[in-house]
Amino acid sequence: MSDLPNRKPETGAFFARDRAWHPPAYAPGYKTSLLRSPQRALLSLDGTISEITGPVFGHSMIGEMDNDLIHNFARPGESAIGERIIIHGRVLDERGRPQAGVLVEFWQANAGGRYRHKKETYLAAIDPNFGGCGRFVTDEEGRYFFRTVRPGAYPWPNGVNDWRPAHIHFSIFGHGFSQRLITQMYFEGDPMIWKCPIVGTISDKAAIEQLIAPLDWGNTIPMDSRAYKFDIVLRGRRSTMFENKPEGN
Amino acid sequence: MQELGYLKETPSQTAGPYVHIGLTPNFCDVTGVYDSDLGTQMVNDKTLGDRITVSGRIFDGAGALVRDAVIEIWQADSAGLYNSPSEMRGAADPNFTGWSRCPTRAEDGVYSFETIKPGKVPFKDGRKMAPHITFWIVARGINIGLHTRMYFPEEQDANAADPILARIEHRERVATLIAARDGAKLSFDIYLQGPKETVFLDI
Repeated sequence: MSDLPNRKPETGAFFARDRAWHPPAYAPGYKTSLLRSPQRALLSLDGTISEITGPVFGHSMIGEMDNDLIHNFARPGESAIGERIIIHGRVLDERGRPQAGVLVEFWQANAGGRYRHKKETYLAAIDPNFGGCGRFVTDEEGRYFFRTVRPGAYPWPNGVNDWRPAHIHFSIFGHGFSQRLITQMYFEGDPMIWKCPIVGTISDKAAIEQLIAPLDWGNTIPMDSRAYKFDIVLRGRRSTMFENKPEGN
Repeated sequence: MQELGYLKETPSQTAGPYVHIGLTPNFCDVTGVYDSDLGTQMVNDKTLGDRITVSGRIFDGAGALVRDAVIEIWQADSAGLYNSPSEMRGAADPNFTGWSRCPTRAEDGVYSFETIKPGKVPFKDGRKMAPHITFWIVARGINIGLHTRMYFPEEQDANAADPILARIEHRERVATLIAARDGAKLSFDIYLQGPKETVFLDI
């Protein structure tokens, strides 16, 4: 399963999660959370080996087209409709260490704001050449990248007139199962970010800003695609100072 | 004073109603991108250990089925070793991934995993934790993935000595983490809210 780079694996437990930085389970502005949020206090514990360990996926599982959403669902010779963009960045942990060999999965609506999903009912058109999913395993420096079309905004039933800003969903594995994270990336300059009840589940403005990818002019490919840079931070690991090792680190 | 220089963890956002497109695209008919959905199989015919099926449903605070969730599980092999680079105690069974992913079905809200019963694994102080399977649940309306554990009903002594279960203050809630067993079939329902609310972990 694993083909991690040749370095000593880390075995420390993870930093406690700053729950105030994340959205709370119960967020009245996002109606679906009302009945899907635990009401009892979580049982807070330092990580055990069951959370310190986690699945690792090899680069070999990734297909050549997996990070090209413009083409990975398209008919031969055709491509998805929309503004061509590149999303790239690094997966780090809270200590700033690159997270090499971690699986990043992403999914999104098409350029019109329509998902390819049987439960989706928005009237915007399906793009026959767009599936909406991709994945990548980070390199030695924790880097990932993919090519796609910029997703459209879309309305959703919550308030009478709620819209999701353009966004891309991310699922990230670390090296330990308690690093597991799902989040969403937004685009610099989108005024709809600040009107969205799902964005608004996060109370700290600085935390919201962490989900907004800046336009990366330097990496924009002339006559081809604009680039956005989105770095992802997973929980940091404690150094195993004095833990089960009387001789030290 | 020096700066610690640590970064903040990227904040979580809900997986949303279309999580299947990203995590299990073939399940929702986005076919042809990946040969198969990741994590649909964690055992093969050489996997060591007692075969079990773990299935169940997820209920919301009104008792309605959650039909659009995705569950991931993570567990040790039959000898109590994890298939992970951070496992320093030995090599896990190469025929067991230890990890799987399954959506709850839209029709009946049921999830199901074909796996093996895990062995005991050590707690930090050397005590053994009772055999357990780690669950992680995401769905529309869940703002940050929920961690919990499933324990085995036949392991009464080990469960009684388990250091995590021992930390549950309201003892009647321990039962929310223990599956029901009928032969090789284990049934583990998860309650997001309400009088039977499952114990979730901040771990």
